[in-house]
Amino acid sequence: MRNLTHLERLEAESIHIFREVVAEAENPVMLYSVGKDSSVMLHLARKAFYPAPPPFPMLHVASGWDFQDLLVHRDRTVREYGLKLIIAQNEDAEAQGINPFDTGSALYSQAQLTDPLKRALTAHGFDAAFGGGRRDEEKARAKERIFSFRTAAHRWDPKNQRPELWNLYNAKKAKGESIRVFPLSNWTELDIWQYIALENIDIVPLYFAKPRPTVERDGMILVVDDERFRLEAGEEPVTRSVRFRTLGCYPLTGATVSEATEMSHFIQEMLLATSSERQGRAIDKGQSASMEDKKQEGYF
Amino acid sequence: MNTPSSFQTDALIAEDIDAYLHAHQHKSLLRFITCGSVDDGKSTLIGRLLYDSKMIFEDQLAALESDSIKHGTQGEEIDFALLVDGLAAEREQGITIDVAYRFFTTEKRKFIVADTPGHEQYTRNMVTGASTADLAVILVDARKGVLQQTRRHSWLVHLIGIRHVVLAVNKMDLVGYDQATFDAIVADYRAFAEGIGITDFTAIPISGFKGDNITALSANTPWYAGPALIEHLESVDVDNAAEQAQPFRMPVQWVNRPNLDFRGFAGLIASGTVRVGDPVRIVPSGKTSTVKSITTFDGELDEAVAGQSVTISLADEVDCSRGDVIAAAGDPPQASDQFCATFVWMDEEALKPGRGYWLKLGTQTVTATIQPPKYEIDVNSREHLAARTLGLNSIGVAEFATDRPITFEPYETNRQLGGFILIDKYTNATVAAGMIAFSLRRAENVHWQPVSITREDHAGMKNQTPRVLWFTGLSGSGKSTIANEVEKQLFVMNRHTFLLDGDNVRHGLNRDLGFTEADRIENIRRVGEVAKLMADAGLIVLTAFISPFRAERQMVRDMLPEGEFVEIFVDTPLEVAEGRDVKGLYKKAREGKLKNFTGIDSPYEPPENPEIRVNTVDMTPEEAARYIIDRILPLK
Repeated sequence: MRNLTHLERLEAESIHIFREVVAEAENPVMLYSVGKDSSVMLHLARKAFYPAPPPFPMLHVASGWDFQDLLVHRDRTVREYGLKLIIAQNEDAEAQGINPFDTGSALYSQAQLTDPLKRALTAHGFDAAFGGGRRDEEKARAKERIFSFRTAAHRWDPKNQRPELWNLYNAKKAKGESIRVFPLSNWTELDIWQYIALENIDIVPLYFAKPRPTVERDGMILVVDDERFRLEAGEEPVTRSVRFRTLGCYPLTGATVSEATEMSHFIQEMLLATSSERQGRAIDKGQSASMEDKKQEGYF
Repeated sequence: MNTPSSFQTDALIAEDIDAYLHAHQHKSLLRFITCGSVDDGKSTLIGRLLYDSKMIFEDQLAALESDSIKHGTQGEEIDFALLVDGLAAEREQGITIDVAYRFFTTEKRKFIVADTPGHEQYTRNMVTGASTADLAVILVDARKGVLQQTRRHSWLVHLIGIRHVVLAVNKMDLVGYDQATFDAIVADYRAFAEGIGITDFTAIPISGFKGDNITALSANTPWYAGPALIEHLESVDVDNAAEQAQPFRMPVQWVNRPNLDFRGFAGLIASGTVRVGDPVRIVPSGKTSTVKSITTFDGELDEAVAGQSVTISLADEVDCSRGDVIAAAGDPPQASDQFCATFVWMDEEALKPGRGYWLKLGTQTVTATIQPPKYEIDVNSREHLAARTLGLNSIGVAEFATDRPITFEPYETNRQLGGFILIDKYTNATVAAGMIAFSLRRAENVHWQPVSITREDHAGMKNQTPRVLWFTGLSGSGKSTIANEVEKQLFVMNRHTFLLDGDNVRHGLNRDLGFTEADRIENIRRVGEVAKLMADAGLIVLTAFISPFRAERQMVRDMLPEGEFVEIFVDTPLEVAEGRDVKGLYKKAREGKLKNFTGIDSPYEPPENPEIRVNTVDMTPEEAARYIIDRILPLK
C-alpha cells in the first residue's frame, strides 16, 4: 500500500484533465501567461503527454506592457521545450490612445487582454483553451467548473453551467462554441509554490527579490521596467529590493519589498503575509463582484 | 477563543521554513461536503474553518467586515457566511445557488470542501458535490433537531456512496451547550440512519459561529470527550488501502504514440495496483498481454497504484484505444450492453424513455436508451412511486441499453467505473448522473450468432449497394407518394427494394404504440431496426415516416454503416400540407379531436443537413422521384 500525498493527487487529477481535453477536443490551446501558475500548468502538460511533447500550442496574450524579464523567460522556455507559441496582442493600442496610465482599468483590460484573447481564439478556431485559474483565487472562481462552457461570443453564464460529477467531464459542444478548461482548479497558491519547489520548476526571476528601480504610488510599489514608464512631477525612481507575488502589466502590478532570493524564503514570506494574492493587481479592484463581471465578458 | 492546535504553524514557518515545507509535502488530501438545511449555518462553519486555518488574509477580512455591515445577518459581528457566498446575484438574495469548492490546510491534511445548498430544488447540486467527496458533514441546528432535509441529505449521501458521515450538531451556544439536547438529537438521528443503511457516524456538538469544538475541544462542553471536528477530519482513513486492494483497472484515455518505437496507453488508475510483468486483459475485446513498462515524466516505475496518472506499454501489439479498460488478466470487469441503474435527473427537460442519449462512463462514450423507469424514489419518504419519466431533481431506477457493450463495475464496488453521466445529443447539456447497480443477465446471455453469409455476400448476390432511404416530413407532405414512385422506378431498374410505410407498420409491428412522444420514439426505433435487418439482407429500403425528432433520425443513422443512411427531407410547408389534407387529419387536429399531431400541437424538427431535399411545391411526385434517383445512383 502506498499513500498518495495531496500534491500527487492534485498532479494526477490535472494530468487526467489534460488528457481528457486532448482526447475529446479538436483544436486545444494552452493560455500561457508565463507566470507561476502557467509554469506549473506547462510542467503538468509535459508530464501528461510524456514522452510526446504537449500536443497543442501556447497562446500568450501580451499587453505590450509586459515585464521584459517575463518575455525573455517566455522565449527561452518555448525554445528549450520545443513549443509552438502564438502571441496575441492589440496592435492598435497606441493609435487608440490606450495605455495603463491614462486608460481606466476596465477599458484597459478589455482592450489589451480580453479582446485580443477572444480574437485569437476565434481566428485560430480553438475549441478548448487551458487556463491557469484556481478556485482559491477569488470568490467568483470558487464556483466555476473545471470545464467551463463558453458561447460562440466567448461569454460565460454562471447560471447555465453543466454539473460536474466524479471525474467525468462533458466536452460536447456545438460548432463555434468552446470550453475553457482549468486543470489547476483544485490547487491553492500554497500548493503551487510547494510544487514549484518540489519539482524544481523554472520560474520568471521576477518572483525572486532583487534591487529594482521603483516608485511608490497609491500605496503600491511599481517597478520602472522600461523608459515608457511615465514619472509624475517630483517622482524619482528609488532602488529597492523587491519581488512579485503575481505578474500582470508592469505599470499596474504592485511589488513587495523583500530580501527573499530563495524559493523557501518567499514561501515563508507568503505564509506569514497578511494580504491575499490579487491585492497586487490594480485590475481587480473596484466593486467586489468585478471579477465575475469580467469573467462573463470573457476575461480569464 | 480556543487556540487552534492543528493550525499553530506560524512559529515553525518563521523558525524553520524548510522543515515546515518538508512536513507539508507529505500531507494527504480529504474531500468532504457540508450539507444541511437552509439556516443550519453551513457557510458560517466553512467561513470559520477558513478563518481559523489562516486562509483569510487581511485584505479579505477588511472586505468581509465592510460586507458584514452591508449584507450581513449577524449584526456587528463578522458574518463568515459572506466569505463563502460567491456570485453577485446570490449575494443579493443571500443564498448559495451552486456548488462551491473551498480549500484549507492543516499540518496533516489538505481539505477540499464542497459547499452545497440546502434548498429543496437543488438535489442536483448536492449529488454533484457529493460525487467526489470521501466524507460528509451533516449539519443540524441544535434548536430544531433532525428535519426532513437532514434525512433527505443523509439518504443522498448514502446513495452516492460516502462512507464517512459526521453529524455536526450546530448552534450549541443557542441551547446553552445542553448535553441532553445533543444526546436526544443523536439518538433520533441514529434511529433514522440505521434504517437507511448508515451504520456508523461521528456526532460532534459545535458552534460554527462561536468556534466551539471546531479546532479544539471547548470548555463549554466538558461532557463531550471529543474529537473536535478538525481532529476528526484529520484522522479519518481516506480509503487508499481499500482502493489499492481491489483488482487493477485503468480506463484508457489516450494512446501515446510519439514515434514508431513507443506506444503507450495513458490513463488514471481507477483501482488496484499494477507492476511491470503483470498479465493484463483489455476489456471488452478480452485480448491479453503483459505490462512491459510504466512510463512517467519522472522515470520508469516498477509499480503504480490507484489514483496515479501513468502511461502503460504492453509486451504485445494488441488493439487498445480510448474507451478500453486495461485490467488484471485473471479478474477483469464485466462488459454488457444492458444494465440496471439508479439515476438522478438534472435537467429542466424531463427524461424521454426510448430516446438516445450520450452516456459517458470512464473514458467510454456510447449511445444509451432508457426504459420507462421501474419506479421513482421519493427523496423524503424513500417510497417507490410509479413513474413514466423523471423530471428535474427526481431520482429513479431504470434499465439502460447501450449501442455497444460498455465495461463497468457496480457503483458500490468502484465509483470510477460505476458512475456515469447522460448528455442530451442536441443541447449537449449534462442531463443526468447515474450509478450502475447490476448488469442484466440477458445481456450476458444473448450473444451475437456468427453467420457465414455476410451482409456483403447478400448485397453482392443482388448486385447492389444496400441503402436506407429515409423520407421525413409533415403529414401530407407527400412522403409515401414519392417513396412509392421511387420504388417503382428502382424496380424497373432491377433493384431489390422494400418500402416500409408509416401507416402500414402501425397496423402490425407497432400496433401497440400510440402517438405520445415516448411511443413515437419507440415507433422509429423499431422501424430503424427492421430497416437495418433489411439492409443487412442487401435490400434498398425506403421508409416513409413523419419521424419528427432529429434525435431519432440520428439514432437510426448511427445504427447503419457510414453512408448507408440517406435522409430525404420532403420539404412541404405546413400551409401546403394542411391545404392538401388528403386524410382529413389536419381538420381533426385543428378541431382538437386529434392530440399530439405533428405541426399542430407536437413539434417537427426539420433536418439540418439532409442528404437530399425535395420541394413538392414546384415538383410533381414523378419529378421528385427522378430527382432523388439521380442523386443515389449508381447503387452498385
